[in-house]
Amino acid sequence: MFPFAFEWIAEPTRYVFMGALYAVLIALIIILHYCAIRAFLDMICKKKNHNHH
Amino acid sequence: MKEAHHKADEKTYKFGMVIDLDKCTGCGACMVACMAENNLPFRKDNSDRLRSNLWMRVYKISNGRSFPDLDISFIPRPCQHCEGHGHHAATPCVSVCPATATDYSHETGIVSQVYTRCFGCRYCMAACPYHVRVFNWWDPTWPKGMSKYLNPDVSVRMRGVVEKCSFCYHRYQRAKNKAYAEERRELHEDEYQTACTQACPAGAITFGDLKNPEHKVYKLKKSPYAFRLLEKLGTNPKIYYVSTRDWVRKAGDVYLGKEGKDVTHA
Amino acid sequence: MDSASAPFDSALFPEGVKRCKFKWFLFWVAVLHGPIMVGVIGTLMCWGLALNVTYLNNNYPFGLWIAADLGIIALGGGAFFTGFLRYVVNIEELKNIVNYAVVIGVICYAAAQGILGIDIGQPLRGWFIFWHANVHSMLTEVAFCITCYFMVLCIEYLPLILENRQINKLGFFHGLAHHLHGAMPTIAAVGVFLSFFHQGSLGGVPGVLYGRPFAFREGFLVWPWTFFLAILSAIACGPCFTILVTWFTEKCAGKQLVKKNVIDILAKISGRLLVLYLILKILDTIVWVGLAKGVGAPFSSFYANQPYGYWVLITEIGILGIIPAMLLLSERVRRNEAGLIIACLLNCAGIFMNRWIIVVQTCAQPVMSFDKFVSYHPNWVEYATTLVFVWVGAVVIMLSYRYLPIFPQEKELNPL
Repeated sequence: MFPFAFEWIAEPTRYVFMGALYAVLIALIIILHYCAIRAFLDMICKKKNHNHH
Repeated sequence: MKEAHHKADEKTYKFGMVIDLDKCTGCGACMVACMAENNLPFRKDNSDRLRSNLWMRVYKISNGRSFPDLDISFIPRPCQHCEGHGHHAATPCVSVCPATATDYSHETGIVSQVYTRCFGCRYCMAACPYHVRVFNWWDPTWPKGMSKYLNPDVSVRMRGVVEKCSFCYHRYQRAKNKAYAEERRELHEDEYQTACTQACPAGAITFGDLKNPEHKVYKLKKSPYAFRLLEKLGTNPKIYYVSTRDWVRKAGDVYLGKEGKDVTHA
Repeated sequence: MDSASAPFDSALFPEGVKRCKFKWFLFWVAVLHGPIMVGVIGTLMCWGLALNVTYLNNNYPFGLWIAADLGIIALGGGAFFTGFLRYVVNIEELKNIVNYAVVIGVICYAAAQGILGIDIGQPLRGWFIFWHANVHSMLTEVAFCITCYFMVLCIEYLPLILENRQINKLGFFHGLAHHLHGAMPTIAAVGVFLSFFHQGSLGGVPGVLYGRPFAFREGFLVWPWTFFLAILSAIACGPCFTILVTWFTEKCAGKQLVKKNVIDILAKISGRLLVLYLILKILDTIVWVGLAKGVGAPFSSFYANQPYGYWVLITEIGILGIIPAMLLLSERVRRNEAGLIIACLLNCAGIFMNRWIIVVQTCAQPVMSFDKFVSYHPNWVEYATTLVFVWVGAVVIMLSYRYLPIFPQEKELNPL
């Protein structure tokens, strides 16, 4: 549920609960992307180094 | 803000029932009326009480003595429309529903059930100590031709969802519409009555606004013989029972311990 | 290894280990498909014919499925707790078992979600719990955290798959596995956060039912005491379940896969936590007796209906609680294989029994004085659909063991 859904009630528990959920999801997405990008960069660098030698 | 203004203007009720157990004969007319009014499905063999859909169920209890001291009583049990209070501020079933499929209306005091929202986890059934909530274990079916006699004001429930007594909420909506059309804000006592109340031939069930001094229930609930089921749990139900018989009133509480060991589910 | 006698899929095996012939592997996978098919038939019956095919009824809205769900999650608690000990507390030796704890965790959490998918009356509306969430419901907290934690477990499982000998040859996947390993402490910390809440919420599911004096408990803020007891019991039995499954895997593989000292660390921690849990559980029981009496429910009334007599309480806390705790505390018992396995079995059975009690016995207790006690036992559909996840889990373990480097000590313990 998002804060713009018609059922949303502005109460502290809801912000804490849904806030924690989105924080966890965002953290996981960031970790996955960070690792994937690092792996991709490593791969490119290796190829470049390989070509250079 | 707009919503708050609207709410402040709106007339609020606290609908409830007072059931006189000394008048109840256990005829079951309330159960039949409820089934017909609310389109309750039934099966060819509907004798399995653990799986049949009954919003109103009449329990038969006995004091367990033998003749001539034997005494029996019938306890009609619709949804208790608990309000909760104090430490337990919410209705037992409403607070646990994960999908907000059941709600407590502060306008009417009625606990609603949104059938199309319920996904059938049955947590509310576990929460209810009165067993008022029933699950649709089968697809609803009616004998051939009978579907034409269904009440058009009440939606038919699909399998896999929980349902329960709504105090014939559709009748409240109808009465409210009529009152608006007549430019009234308040409903008269006789304008909104549940099907079971009207069907009871002994006049044992009285329905009305518990906080309106002009309604019969207001006086009846103040009887020294009035009690509610499982009062000690703090569910704060809106169904009051009246009985002059001591053992019947005691039977309404949680466990009776030794003094009530004879009370049986007959 | 003699290349002529090596199985044809040996190129996929982890480096330097021996695996059985492919035909034997296939044979056992095929054997497991028998009970899996029974479970699939049961599932299709539940979905196609509605839940009247089970023995659940209006008095028992919760039965084997929900009890199993709570039990499986508690047993799967070994995954987050081992991860916590390995990556957050930094107990180095546990790196030798943490992979397997993750595999077991993935299976347990997938099973819990799968069972819920069969248990709910309208499975296609399952997403309502996320979209129309009632944040005050314990079940909402459970659903959110279990789903998120399952994602965490999948992310923890991912590097294991990427470390398959052939997949790891690809540069990108090799790098991804490497960086995921680097990020593991953060991922494990997120997992611990999520697990804390869903393990607790599962205990809170019956604990908040104030209409049911048998289940209801007072608590701290919005959480009943059972919330905290459930967390503690999960971390007390989870490692024991990991030990049990590892032991069983070793028996099936016919070789040692994890060194004894690693197992001993888990067993020792498990034993101490079990003692702490039992002390609090006994305190909770004493307080609960007074609480229930306050609403008019005498203690004896909870144990008046067979099969739920006093033996339930004695078995749960005594035979399946105090005895395994004492066994696990003793170093001599822990060093003895049979002793350790019996202790772990009793511990896991005790926690499972606790979950059955808080779910099914709660439903069994009539609350109104004139309500009648009815008994419940699951039927074959419920058993088959619950056990199907054991069989599927076994296949997942077989695949993981055969093709992925799950056990870092295997090579050292079993030189070719």
